Amino acid sequence: MRIVLNGQPREIDADPDKPLLWVLRDDLGLTGAKFGCGQALCGACTVHIDGEPARACQTRIADVAGRNVVTIEGVSGKVAEIVQATWTKLDVPQCGYCQSGQVMSAINLLSANRKPTDQDIDAAMTGVICRCNTYHRIRAAIHEAAKLLGA
Amino acid sequence: MNDHMFALGARAVAPSRRSFLIGATAAGASLLVGFSAEAAAPDGAAKTAVNPFAAYVKIAPDETVTIYSSQMDMGQGIYFGLATLVQEELDADWSKVTVVGAAGDPALYGNLTIGGAAQFTGGSTGTASSWTRYRQAGATARAMLVAAAAAKWGVPAGEITAQDGMLRHASGKSATYGAMAAAAATGQVPGKIGLKPAKDWKYIGNETLRRYDSRAKSTGRQDFTIDLRLPDMLTAIMIHPPRFGATLKSFDGSKAKAMKGVVDVVATPRGVAVVATGMWEAMRARDAVTIDWDESKAETRSSHEIAAAYRAAADKGAGDVAVNAGDVDAAFAKAAKVMEATYEFPYLAHAALEPINAVARMNADGTLEIWGGHQMPGIHQFVASKVAGIAPEKVALHVKKTGGGFGRRASTDADIIVEVVSIGKAIGWKAPVKLQWTREDDMRAGRYRPAFVHRMRAALDDKGNLVALRDSLVGQSISKGSAFEKMLVHGGVDALSVEGVSNQPYAIPNVRVDLTTVESPVTVLWWRSVGSTHTAYALETFIDEIAHAAGKDPIEYRLAMLKDKPRHAAVLRLAAEKAGWGSPAPQGRFRGVAVAESFHSYVAQVVELSVDKSGRPKVHRVVCAVDSGISVNPDQVRAQMEGGIGFGLGAILKSQLTLDRGRIVEGNFDGYDVSRIDDMPVVEVHMIKSEAAPSGVGEPGVPPIGPAVANAYFQATGKRVRMLPFSRKENS
Ligand code: FES
Ligand code: FES
Repeated sequence: MRIVLNGQPREIDADPDKPLLWVLRDDLGLTGAKFGCGQALCGACTVHIDGEPARACQTRIADVAGRNVVTIEGVSGKVAEIVQATWTKLDVPQCGYCQSGQVMSAINLLSANRKPTDQDIDAAMTGVICRCNTYHRIRAAIHEAAKLLGA
Repeated sequence: MNDHMFALGARAVAPSRRSFLIGATAAGASLLVGFSAEAAAPDGAAKTAVNPFAAYVKIAPDETVTIYSSQMDMGQGIYFGLATLVQEELDADWSKVTVVGAAGDPALYGNLTIGGAAQFTGGSTGTASSWTRYRQAGATARAMLVAAAAAKWGVPAGEITAQDGMLRHASGKSATYGAMAAAAATGQVPGKIGLKPAKDWKYIGNETLRRYDSRAKSTGRQDFTIDLRLPDMLTAIMIHPPRFGATLKSFDGSKAKAMKGVVDVVATPRGVAVVATGMWEAMRARDAVTIDWDESKAETRSSHEIAAAYRAAADKGAGDVAVNAGDVDAAFAKAAKVMEATYEFPYLAHAALEPINAVARMNADGTLEIWGGHQMPGIHQFVASKVAGIAPEKVALHVKKTGGGFGRRASTDADIIVEVVSIGKAIGWKAPVKLQWTREDDMRAGRYRPAFVHRMRAALDDKGNLVALRDSLVGQSISKGSAFEKMLVHGGVDALSVEGVSNQPYAIPNVRVDLTTVESPVTVLWWRSVGSTHTAYALETFIDEIAHAAGKDPIEYRLAMLKDKPRHAAVLRLAAEKAGWGSPAPQGRFRGVAVAESFHSYVAQVVELSVDKSGRPKVHRVVCAVDSGISVNPDQVRAQMEGGIGFGLGAILKSQLTLDRGRIVEGNFDGYDVSRIDDMPVVEVHMIKSEAAPSGVGEPGVPPIGPAVANAYFQATGKRVRMLPFSRKENS
């Protein structure tokens, strides 16, 4: 089957039931999306499918045939740049393991909502667990990114 | 950023075995290793002058500066901390500095908080252990660069400046560090070199310094053990016994083996492993393996039965005595008022976001390489050598950054190493193997924060003064049966079980603490802030209860008993002042306070919370005051406090593991609830200005948050929560 991965058409040869996460990680060597739970409970594997956030661990590869998949390695554009820059400026990551999922989710939030409130942030980001509990800085970084995007 | 690279060749690859005393032979997974007292000088200086270029810092011709870390970075930012210490003295080009993990000779990398006897990361000792050693390394390297330049240019060393990676002389001569490094590295190693006085520091204490790994971690480029890909590598999962203490009787892997992608199904001392071409292929075959377990020695009780047994033992209070000061019985006999409370704490999982893993490869030359979160390299090397049947010197460890840890990657029996090497051996080392646990494996395979019960009793005189305190604890020992037993268990008392209450800070004339240590096949381990996860909760909520009974303000009451504890008192005062203690809380909000010392750092927190109609607390704001000595990276001290608060908060509000007839019920983040962003309060961190040597910050943020929340919750509801977590149905 064919998918568009990070802007490039790719021919995928995999069992149709194989989750997108393991196709990305094991077959294609794209390890930015992480395995944290395998059950769509932690958000570490978050990617964008046709621009929407999705949990790659619970997405069958057959279900993304013909669709546009973007991972942390390929995410681009002004929102992505600003999010990643504020993440760095505020030293958000600790271990960093969850941060691909956090960054991908924050990009979705800010693409849809240029001025999120704390409540908006909590609602959009609650599915992405950070065991280092960098949540305080995630919130601050999203506000900061929103400011820069508005400017 | 090549921060996962390992220096094969030039640097010591295999940790030396010479400071390990082997206490017993390998018997399955139970290996006894003891630390010897062989040690470097306690002030951080090695016995003989160490060439820094051979151990701690490498400067390449392209100007990159690589620092070799004795400490594993699991997110706490110790690589950044060590880089800061070296840089302060070395004054290289900061943009070119990077850090890699080293596993090696304890004489070079041994943790100095235990006299250098072994290399390990833990107990929030990373900065304390490195404070002198790594500054010394930077200063020595700089002196050797200067000496090399002086020799080359024929000018006195005293006339050469070394700054931002450049060596200069007034004559106009100059050279980069990179150009001079080769000559410097072979030069004479000077004796002890003076370190910069605090007033000259440019990097230590600098608020504007950023972690050098944030960019990689924000763009998906930081790699972890799970991301490692070696040629022909296979992936394995491990099916552990369903009940603690059960062992393998027999298994049939033929159906699984017939599945696509499955290479082998093998028995190991710790379970049955499915080895496949990839993670999904291995996971998919899991249920096709049929296994017969011998459960004759397994734990078969449920959580409520275990708790009942603990409570009965706590009521008896006949455990081993940890503290016995004054005359407790006489004080209780004379008391005007006696108070009692029983606290119950569940087993907790670390649930680091990167599930436990390791990668092993046996090379043609007989060397075994293992990649992973080597928090205790000496033990890992020893265990690997025993299981593989090779000499310890043949085991090379690659230290990876890990996706969290919280204590889990420092398992005292190196469980993950036993597993990965056993699998490699079982498949005849035909390919490198990555062992990757699933979340369920990670949650159900043990090494938990032990469950504990505390029975607290207080005697008050007629003025409300606390004249006697008793605490009877019941729980499992972390240290018993481990390499740390000799160091930590005395008179039957594991120091890790009672820390936080055995050294309680208040001026109470009569104190007795006793500990009943329970045996169970359920395995336990240190969990971010260890004993203080429960002792601080029991002590600080009980003190609050006593202050309330005495009709006193909880901060005033504490301060009156902290006259000889200036550092406790100072953080308490600072937190109170910054939180506006004494002024009314915002509408609908209630305040609570707690203070605790752990890992030689002092932390007080004031919490502001509200309670919704269903009785659930929502924490809005935490004001945190910390004294951890000199802050090497103040913004990272702040980060660790923020993280510790969120981590501890999730645990006391929502997290518990329960046993149902010996099986762990919770397997993933649906059953085992952890803090999420909507649980996270606003956190304000205030640091005490200190000239004391740095102490821990990774763990000390955790202990006060639970009791501070519980004390605020009491203000809001009049209810004392003594069974954790808050979400337990018994609390509603
Ligand atoms: S790994 Fe996909 S949500 Fe956790
Ligand atoms: S930074 Fe470690 S899990 Fe989020």
